[in-house]
Amino acid sequence: MTKKTDIVIIGAGPVGLFAVFELGLLDLDCHLIDILDRPGGQCAELYPEKPIYDIPGWPVISAQGLVDKLMEQIAPFKPEFTFNRVVAGLEKLADGTFRLTTDENEVFEAKAVVIAAGGGSFQPKRPPIPGIEAFEGTSVHYAVRRIEDFRGHDILIVGGGDSALDWTLNLQPVARSVTLVHRRPEFRAAPDSVNRMRALEASGDLRFQLGQITELRGSDGALTSALVKGPEGETEISCTRMLPFFGLTMKLGPVAEWGLNLHENTIRVDTEKFETSTPGIFAIGDINWYPGKLKLILSGFHEAALMAQAAKHIVHPDERVVFQYTTSSTSLQKKLGVI
Amino acid sequence: MTKLTYIAHDGTRFEVEAENGSTVMENAIRNAVPGIEAECGGACACATCHVYVDEEWSDAVGEPEAMEEDMLDFAFDVRPSSRLSCQIKVSDELDGLVVRVPERQA
Repeated sequence: MTKKTDIVIIGAGPVGLFAVFELGLLDLDCHLIDILDRPGGQCAELYPEKPIYDIPGWPVISAQGLVDKLMEQIAPFKPEFTFNRVVAGLEKLADGTFRLTTDENEVFEAKAVVIAAGGGSFQPKRPPIPGIEAFEGTSVHYAVRRIEDFRGHDILIVGGGDSALDWTLNLQPVARSVTLVHRRPEFRAAPDSVNRMRALEASGDLRFQLGQITELRGSDGALTSALVKGPEGETEISCTRMLPFFGLTMKLGPVAEWGLNLHENTIRVDTEKFETSTPGIFAIGDINWYPGKLKLILSGFHEAALMAQAAKHIVHPDERVVFQYTTSSTSLQKKLGVI
Repeated sequence: MTKLTYIAHDGTRFEVEAENGSTVMENAIRNAVPGIEAECGGACACATCHVYVDEEWSDAVGEPEAMEEDMLDFAFDVRPSSRLSCQIKVSDELDGLVVRVPERQA
């Protein structure tokens, strides 16, 4: 099924969210797609509790606080979100419409596209183990899509955060065996999860091994064991599935293959419309580049406002846009639901 | 001013003069030391300014705090001498400090 909307925004970080506001004031409906499971981008994923000091009007606001405020600000425009998805394909149809396809084969059609993907899409970090690539997709997985795929396996889980502990606890009942490996005895994960893991360890239902993985053994993508180097030397652990949880890193991803003019790992835009080399595709926020570019959230907000004017002309070419202030315009205030 | 030396993964040495109170990460970025990314800009939130502190300096630099230890879990090839350079503040005691940049950050 194809979902149709005025604008698809790729990336639901602060700049993508504010774009909904500026586009909404011009009567454009937005659908946002993000690889994370919630809005906020880097603000939510990397540093939710950290203070930001350069948002105009907010002497200090936490990154998550800013995301919450933006969500409140754009609520009147009822944006729709699709989370946990990467936009894998983007093509321009003969009638000028853009067709976007996600990694799960959902299809969106929009009259304009706004790339607000920040530093790119968040991807799981690959741990520094030689030859790990050969096992990826068969024995080594960075996420659990279906628990059933792990039933009856000897599972090796690596890491000390909530993902590692949660999957240790959730897979333990279906696995043949579970071994958790972490480089130190302290965990970032919730204390309750750690206590439950320790209880299962005490009852002999799982194994915890202190150390770091140095080598994977097996052939043709089928893992048979891993070597763990710890304070007491090297241990070989039998395993047929491995789940490393080393956090996320940002990669430009499929954006690089859409035929847009790039500048290193960013997209070249003009500074009037923040449009890319393909008319109708805009790029705002950290992902774009132009002479003098500063990677500041406030610059991204400015870019969103100017982009919206240009996008309006593409979606409604025959409408004249009258510039208005939210302070005094009754029509804008109606859209915001304040009168 | 305090002298800092960064040794890039390919062995290139970068000797810089640093202001006390600044961080080892900031001075790396300012002097374009390759291999220090500092994606989050120094918030101890990304583990992409990871360095190895030279052994003779480990006592002077000290141990990472709990938050930094947590973040180091995400770093590439963590060793006992691993630190996040955004969490090392330059001071007179660190005059002559030598840190090494890992093969990659993530």
